Amino acid sequence: MDVAWFVVLSAFIFCAGAAGVLLRRNPLVILLCLELMLNAGNLALVAFSRAHGNGDGQVFALVVLVVAACEVVIGLGLIVAMYRRRIPVDVDRVTELHG
Amino acid sequence: MGFETVVFVVAAVLALAGALGVVLLDNPFYSVLSLVGHLIALAVLFLLLQAAFVAAAQVVVYAGAVMVLYVFVVAYVGGGERTLVSESDTIGRLGPLFAGVLLVELTLAVAGSGLAASAGDGAPVARGFGSPAAIGELLLGQFLIVFETASFLLLVAAVGAVVLARRRRGLEEDDLDGDRAGPELAPASPQERAPRPGSAAPEPERSTRTGGERAGQASEAGARTAEARTGGAGPASARVGGESPATGSA
Repeated sequence: MDVAWFVVLSAFIFCAGAAGVLLRRNPLVILLCLELMLNAGNLALVAFSRAHGNGDGQVFALVVLVVAACEVVIGLGLIVAMYRRRIPVDVDRVTELHG
Repeated sequence: MGFETVVFVVAAVLALAGALGVVLLDNPFYSVLSLVGHLIALAVLFLLLQAAFVAAAQVVVYAGAVMVLYVFVVAYVGGGERTLVSESDTIGRLGPLFAGVLLVELTLAVAGSGLAASAGDGAPVARGFGSPAAIGELLLGQFLIVFETASFLLLVAAVGAVVLARRRRGLEEDDLDGDRAGPELAPASPQERAPRPGSAAPEPERSTRTGGERAGQASEAGARTAEARTGGAGPASARVGGESPATGSA
């Protein structure tokens, strides 16, 4: 199995995630699409780790996993705080810091 | 070789379908489920790349724990979008354009010379490559500082989540008085706000109701003297019960 195919797939997944971040307005779905982009990066890292026969890329992927978990926790905490204060959960309507 | 190719094609199609499902489905709950499928397909791809520990961590941490968190928050907040793309702004219209440009750019980069180094099956690896033992040796040896920093980052994120999701009284007090009382605080607010404004309004009602119940019990029990005395004292103790809530609740 050619390692390059994994990188191609990771590029497609990254594009899908980026399109989701640009298109969707629900912050929950935007967080999900961020997960997609991080996972695409993970796939590329593991593919390169396999291509070089070196475990460093896998350690990097694990660190990305940790960072993604932290980002999810903080993002979901923000969304819950928004919902509690009756702020609409919609990124187009959260405009108080709008310049 | 043939088996690996078949597994790769199936997992890649599932991963792409899951990714597109996350982006295109209207209901956030379905998006989360689609992401779970995507993550499991990605774990299969990691196994194909001989990253067994990363695949296991992906399934356990991501598809297990993080997605459960997502499902809880989606069930708590809920609500789908009416339309996928915001019609009014320019950004809403330019978003697909940006995504298409990014896709073309990445395709060009991938199809160009960028992948010449990683063509082929990859370097020959030892037998235990990507196993938990190998990753553990790397994490606790060469990448010890990275490992400790990651653990500290997790601690900070946990503390931040507790601080963010805490119920802050000062910030929510003005929202409770507004007309937009939400569904989850509306039943809890009378108990929270009852003792403060006067503490006399709900209490006599409760004590008279209790006195009425006691009178009913007394008449059912057949006019025993102690019960009858309590039932007789019921309307009289309404004024007393308004002053001391222990009488009404006892």
